[in-house]
Amino acid sequence: MSTEDREVILSIKHVDVTFETGHKKKLRAVKDANFDIYKGETFALVGESGSGKTTLGRAIMRINPCSAGEILFEGKRISGKISREEDRNVVRNIQMIFQDPAASLNERATIEYCVSEGLYNFHLYKDENERIEKVDRALESVGLLPEHKSRYPHEFSGGQRQRVGIARAMIMDPKFIVADEPISALDVSIRAQVLNLMNKLKAERNLTYLFIAHDLSVVRFIADRIAVIHLGEIVEIAESETLFKYPMHPYTVSLLSAVPMPDPIVEKTRHHIVYDPSKLEQTDEQRELREVRPGHFVFCTNNEFTRYREKMDRMEQEIG
Amino acid sequence: MDETKNVIISAKDIEVKFRVRDKYLTAIRNVSLDLYEGETFAIVGESGSGKSVFTKTFTGMLESNGTISNGSVMFHGTDLTKLRTDKDWEGIRGAKISTIFQDPMTSLNPIRTIGSQITEVIEKHQKISKAEAKQQAIEMMDRVGIPDAANRFDEYPFQYSGGMRQRIVIAIALSCHPEILICDEPTTALDVTIQAQIIKLIRDLQKELGFTTLYITHDLGVVANVADRVGVMYGGQIIEYGTVEEIFFDPRHPYTWALLSSLPQLGVKGEDLFYITGTPPSLFNEIKGDAFAPRNEHALNIDFQEEPPFFKVSDTHYAKTWLLDPRAPKLEKPEVIHDLHEKIKLMTDKGGAFHVD
Repeated sequence: MSTEDREVILSIKHVDVTFETGHKKKLRAVKDANFDIYKGETFALVGESGSGKTTLGRAIMRINPCSAGEILFEGKRISGKISREEDRNVVRNIQMIFQDPAASLNERATIEYCVSEGLYNFHLYKDENERIEKVDRALESVGLLPEHKSRYPHEFSGGQRQRVGIARAMIMDPKFIVADEPISALDVSIRAQVLNLMNKLKAERNLTYLFIAHDLSVVRFIADRIAVIHLGEIVEIAESETLFKYPMHPYTVSLLSAVPMPDPIVEKTRHHIVYDPSKLEQTDEQRELREVRPGHFVFCTNNEFTRYREKMDRMEQEIG
Repeated sequence: MDETKNVIISAKDIEVKFRVRDKYLTAIRNVSLDLYEGETFAIVGESGSGKSVFTKTFTGMLESNGTISNGSVMFHGTDLTKLRTDKDWEGIRGAKISTIFQDPMTSLNPIRTIGSQITEVIEKHQKISKAEAKQQAIEMMDRVGIPDAANRFDEYPFQYSGGMRQRIVIAIALSCHPEILICDEPTTALDVTIQAQIIKLIRDLQKELGFTTLYITHDLGVVANVADRVGVMYGGQIIEYGTVEEIFFDPRHPYTWALLSSLPQLGVKGEDLFYITGTPPSLFNEIKGDAFAPRNEHALNIDFQEEPPFFKVSDTHYAKTWLLDPRAPKLEKPEVIHDLHEKIKLMTDKGGAFHVD
């Protein structure tokens, strides 16, 4: 699929996020992240704990400041200092769904308050009636009932709570959603509900998702494009099907081999490939994201690039 | 599996109740289970299905408001449900039956060295000198894959990564050569690549040391990897059990169907994933009939009235559903999980989404 003619909604330009970890010590949690997210797609950021995936998500939410580079939303810079007006615009348009719905909802507030909080902050309603109507509609869109309004978060199951978390984001009518591991804390059967709901809302409202996850099996089902991040570096970006069919970077291969498959015959004969960075080319050359095939980027040196292209040729011949 | 099949531990008609304020919650409802020596049995279920609570009766670690109100757990001629004090448990808990918990950060003491936490267990259960205990501890650390074990003996948990910490927890659990190792979601808090390593480690150690493993997990992928036999839990009961192949390729209970069908690995892009409607039953109320009936689209009338018995599918495979009654209508498992093996094989063979070279 060609990507050139698609509208870019969010642009991450050479972004670094650095934390001070003590006197004169710094940790570069995100290193030179550089990619675009297109309008209407689900872009997944996949990595293990400590890879910087959440940090990057939080940089987009402007919770973590970028120490280098910039982030553009609909062509306008949203990182660093921006005017109050734009700030409000960004907060409305970029919303977040969190991992643990039990921790992200105020346990002493009713669902009505939890969901209306954004409306209150931005006075997005003419009168009480309109606010209540909006809350009802938001709850309905996530499959909850108006009568749930007066209840408290603890009265809900995990899946329902996550729906409240989604309703809270949806009521702002955002264009872009950062979903940080939205289903990791949920049970298998509930996961499917929430994934279906996210897909439904995306189709209805032409939303764009940045879906942060550690689980490749889930990502394959929901994402259009995937970026794999390892220790702050994006090592591979590709269309979802391509990434699974032609994984290039050894770290991606390792992640793929670690996905447990629900089949005892297959699973008992599979072996996990351990990622060993010392097997990469040892050189001072700066690695960068290079395009192995249109839209398929791998983080590599020049020599590795040649090797990946050869590997790609070989695989394409074998698989077709 | 082996032909001799010595039962090592046998739970019979276990019922566990918790007192919560003025009400009683029945967390486990008449569960029986025999574990065979040397096998890996996996209990799979969602949160609240009672899988952890059930296995806690094997080590007497129920929370203080919980009681075993019925049943017995026979282990080497002792009924474990009759043990009350910590002294009664000495020599069994931690020595013959060990547990690995989910989060290694909470099961290790953050302000004591790794080494002292391992030797503590060895010294407690074996009458040996400090030096010998240290020697054994270092050997054990080595065995679970801690590089440079002797030098890392005096380090603290925070100096270890999550995966390394879980290796230490395993080392502690195995330091007294238990006969049964209970793994309660041992990899849920870990990354997938680390998960694969820890699972392999437990499997290798089991081969080497010959203990029996009881796995508790909600992840069917993990079950497929580790288990010889599987029990599926729902609403405080085991509702189906059999060999791992029987459970994955020939499941009979609608809940097992639903669980397998909702796996994202089987999802087709652009289509909705299968999901189970409704919520699990409240265990405060008495459950009438089949606990899964209200969420089961195939539920029969009798499912709401009478609890189904276990029906025999094969010598090793039993399921607690009225669908297996000869009078019940014949129902096929859902389309998604038909030919499961062929589907997964396509995914993992050359050209498939989960194939790796």
